[in-house]
Amino acid sequence: MPELMQFFLSGITVGAVYALVALGFTIIYNASDVVNFAQGEFVMLGGMITVFAFEAGLPLPLAALIAILGTAVIGVALNRLAIEPARGAPVVSLIIITIGASIFIRGVTQIVFDKQIHRFPAFSGDAPIAVGGATILPQSLWVIAGALAVFIGLWLFFTRTLVGRAVLATANNRIAAQLVGINTKFIMTLSFAMSAAIGALAGVLVTPITLTSYDIGISLALKGFAAAMLGGMGNPKGALVGGLLLGILEAMTAGYISSQYKDAAAFVVILAVLFAMPQGLFGRKQTDRV
Amino acid sequence: MRLSSKTITLLGLAVVIAIAPVFFPSSFYYRVGSLIFVNGLAVTGLVILIGYAGQISLGHAGFAGIGAYACALAPVHFGLHPALAAVLGAVLSGIIAWLVGRPILRLKGYYLAVASLGFGVLVSMVLANEAAITGGPDGMAVEDPGLRGALKAIGIDLSNTEFWYAFSGLILVIGAWLALNLYHSPTGRALRALHGSEVAARAVGIDVAGYKLKAFVISAVYASVSGSLLALQNKFITPDVAGFMHSIEMVTMTVLGGAGSVIGAILGAAILTILPQILTVFQEYEQLLLGLVMMLVMIFMRDGLLPSIARRLRRGGE
Repeated sequence: MPELMQFFLSGITVGAVYALVALGFTIIYNASDVVNFAQGEFVMLGGMITVFAFEAGLPLPLAALIAILGTAVIGVALNRLAIEPARGAPVVSLIIITIGASIFIRGVTQIVFDKQIHRFPAFSGDAPIAVGGATILPQSLWVIAGALAVFIGLWLFFTRTLVGRAVLATANNRIAAQLVGINTKFIMTLSFAMSAAIGALAGVLVTPITLTSYDIGISLALKGFAAAMLGGMGNPKGALVGGLLLGILEAMTAGYISSQYKDAAAFVVILAVLFAMPQGLFGRKQTDRV
Repeated sequence: MRLSSKTITLLGLAVVIAIAPVFFPSSFYYRVGSLIFVNGLAVTGLVILIGYAGQISLGHAGFAGIGAYACALAPVHFGLHPALAAVLGAVLSGIIAWLVGRPILRLKGYYLAVASLGFGVLVSMVLANEAAITGGPDGMAVEDPGLRGALKAIGIDLSNTEFWYAFSGLILVIGAWLALNLYHSPTGRALRALHGSEVAARAVGIDVAGYKLKAFVISAVYASVSGSLLALQNKFITPDVAGFMHSIEMVTMTVLGGAGSVIGAILGAAILTILPQILTVFQEYEQLLLGLVMMLVMIFMRDGLLPSIARRLRRGGE
């Protein structure tokens, strides 16, 4: 079964990236009820800033760090300048604001940087590692490890730290959280910073494999959005499982059915899941307030 | 005799469409005008879905794609007249919307958004991948429906761009008329009621699922006819017509102008159709400015341009 193994490995790699994007969606959604369609742009920025910092002569780890911090600042700015002023707007307006933001960021990126396709060297070389008759790139292991580390880190943060619990409290009921003395404004800032940093980290990890350019964000955002929905919006476990499932599904479809329809398979399954379970795999059932 | 606001709105729209050409310095403006009308038609359908019924769709370009490719494919494969093919596309879109709408309209908010998005992506993917039938990503040619020739035979000689300007304008006025009628009909009232509160609407005996489905099917037919018009006047069509960005464009036009009002949404269509034409002057700043406009309008004029401006004027008059 080396073939199956190979598809599985490449699926997990792509799935880990989707999971990171979906985790970013989840954090912002929990804190603000906004689905941030500019999430894919964070991934793009992570890759692009690293590329240009690295080509300017900085060592790769420093370049990556600058990219992640820089993207986090952009995430905070997005919240302050576009999301906060639109608090309470209908879902359609928020969708358009964040899509506007993603187009804007893309526009700025192509001016500040360029429209070319870029990459930087893999962290641990390009020699494939043999696993059960199939091969995997060392960089893929970095991507998978990154996704798991972020997931575990988030889990610890949300369950073991006071600030993490404050984020959950804010997500649950903003006004009640304010009443018990939680600085909800700071929680929003923190959520956008974390979400953007996680997106940028995904970009840093995956760029040596998939390359990057100013316009890769939108399809990543769609896939990450779909993965988050598949798992159940707002649930970190759902985001991780949804992302990995989506990646594996795409790889299997590409391998066994048709590479042209690999994107289709993802959406077919998502439609099927939503029909059977309108709240996604791990989502809570919501009740309406009249 | 007092004219109703509906009549005034429709007359105003018709007069603007009829008089605008006086100020056109070149035939290029007819082309931009007819694009505005084509987009305006799709957007009018979305006003019914988003503005009246309060439902989201990020996949309506899928229906525009069905309408467009019906005009391209039916004449080649079934020997159907292109104009009849547009009708076939509209019927097909309606049926597909009915089938797809039933399960996905149970979803709400972002879940509905992703489900409709998935539908749109699937349609554009089929159009791009079934190259043997649709010509793939390169697109395919569309036959001329011969309507201009028919007009010429009875003595009305219009240039190609003039004809499509007039024809799309006429269809838009009809579409706006139907949508405005719907607003005050029992169906329109039911849609607005369930927009306000589904539970309350259900409590007073409104068939919520049925009315949502109705709005979805109607808006799909609008999108389909708009796609057909685009295909017929361009005489060429690519899968981009069904793409995600086109869906977003349609929703943005609707909400930018004001999803609650037909005229507002058509204004939104006009602005977002003209804007890229102007922005080409700024070349590489085009995306930056477009994104900025989208954000600023939605942040500072939450209900869309027209309703916000109207409210401000009313307040100023007091």
